[in-house]
Amino acid sequence: MLEIKDICFTRDHKKILDHISLTLNEEKFYVITGPNGSGKSTLAKIIMGITKPDSGTILLNNQDITALSVDERAKLGLGFAFQQPVRFKGLTVYDLLTISVGKKIEKKEACALLSKVGLCAKEYVDREINSSLSGGELKRIEIATVIARNPKVAIFDEPEAGIDLWSFQNLTEVFKDLEKTSKGITLVISHQERILKIADEIILLEQGKIKKIGSKEEMLQMILSEPKCCMKGRE
Amino acid sequence: MNEQEEKLLEAISDEKFTEKDAYNIRKNGQSVKRKNNPYIDIVPKEDNKGIDVYVKENTLLGIVHIPVILTESGLKDVVYNDFHIGKNSNVIILAGCGIHNDLHNDTEHDGIHRFYLEENAKVKYVEKHYGEGVGTGQKILNPVTEIYMKKGSSMTMDTSQIKGVDDTLRETKALLEEDTTLQINEKILTDKTQSAKTIFTIELNGENASTHVTSRSVATENSYQEFISNITGNSKCYAHVECDAILKESGKVKAIPEIYAKNVDANLIHEAAIGKIAGEQLMKLMSLGLREKEAEEAIIKGFLK
Repeated sequence: MLEIKDICFTRDHKKILDHISLTLNEEKFYVITGPNGSGKSTLAKIIMGITKPDSGTILLNNQDITALSVDERAKLGLGFAFQQPVRFKGLTVYDLLTISVGKKIEKKEACALLSKVGLCAKEYVDREINSSLSGGELKRIEIATVIARNPKVAIFDEPEAGIDLWSFQNLTEVFKDLEKTSKGITLVISHQERILKIADEIILLEQGKIKKIGSKEEMLQMILSEPKCCMKGRE
Repeated sequence: MNEQEEKLLEAISDEKFTEKDAYNIRKNGQSVKRKNNPYIDIVPKEDNKGIDVYVKENTLLGIVHIPVILTESGLKDVVYNDFHIGKNSNVIILAGCGIHNDLHNDTEHDGIHRFYLEENAKVKYVEKHYGEGVGTGQKILNPVTEIYMKKGSSMTMDTSQIKGVDDTLRETKALLEEDTTLQINEKILTDKTQSAKTIFTIELNGENASTHVTSRSVATENSYQEFISNITGNSKCYAHVECDAILKESGKVKAIPEIYAKNVDANLIHEAAIGKIAGEQLMKLMSLGLREKEAEEAIIKGFLK
């Protein structure tokens, strides 16, 4: 169980997150959505420890992790897929997956992980993570690095950002599979209706506050009928 | 050879010798072991000044090892090695120099290597430099590589300075005739107060000559590196020079690119990027459970792989 208690974050006199409290449970797939600037990505980064909150606490299975660093949280079972995956000159996809798993793995294990995210494994496993990879390919590799860790809490920050519609259509299958098979908590920041439809629960953020939490049935109806919610990627 | 010398040899050799390979091992200024094979003749020059390596025409896949080790503190070894690569032959040349210096005198090896590639010859040249020892004497390596490429020939040169070399000046010169390809991959790591200067001078003379030079370096502590490239395009040709450097602590890197197109169809590109490890890269690896220092090491290891 992940408990977020009374998180506040202010920058340049603007309240980015205003007293956010949430409880997330195992085997559930959550989507945080909301207009641009509502604080979604900041909240995700605070959970992972990339950004420090001004106040509030975060508990993972009753352990206070608020003061822990990113790598300490990773070791406790938190995983984070970045919105803009970073490139590494020299490191191959296999190298990165080995680091993700935390021990030397066989090439076939790395290939199995890549197949999970829809990449033709043999073509990718020895490639460098450099500018020769497209945005969609990088996104899939990024997601594979998180899945490889089998995390207790898997956070995906806007998986749809920067990739074309065709690639994203295939990527939704990865998340559908996660929803079915993951024993941990899955938390996805997304604007995409395709992702919202996978959720067990949707959390709507607006101006740094939780406006509403509910099942996808009730939330989707509300979000899609409300013109003020500037959602992207409606179908 | 004693245990220390064997270890030094191992540090500069990625691949073990096999029965079929030709080799020449040079230790402290003397050739100590040599073997030819039906395709490759290694002929010593007078006064142990070096060797001539003759690779016969149409050799399918010849392998030559020419490692050099220096364990005698204070020795300055200058060697001239010439490689004559016959028409249509395909050969791998594995070179390297390791210095062990536990005393206060400087030890230096200057290897002057000249490659003469006949038409359609193909060469892969691998060179590894390494220094070790606790003495205050400097470990100095000043390699000079000259490459002369006839029509249709190609060469890949993988050169690395892995550790422990206090001072180096690495000069590479190449003349490319038509339809030739030269690829150079250089990796250098410096620490403490080490200094490394590398100069590439490449003349693309023949039509469709092409070259790709990639230099990746890491300068840590108080070390200094300088990268100079002079590429001249005298014909319809292509050149791409990439210089990437990572800085740590007080490391300094200077890159001086010069590309000179003397023909309207010459296409010459130079890219240089110098800076510390990006924060996003560290953050990504930390999110996979590595501590900051471990993340840094993994990034550098990959970069110089």
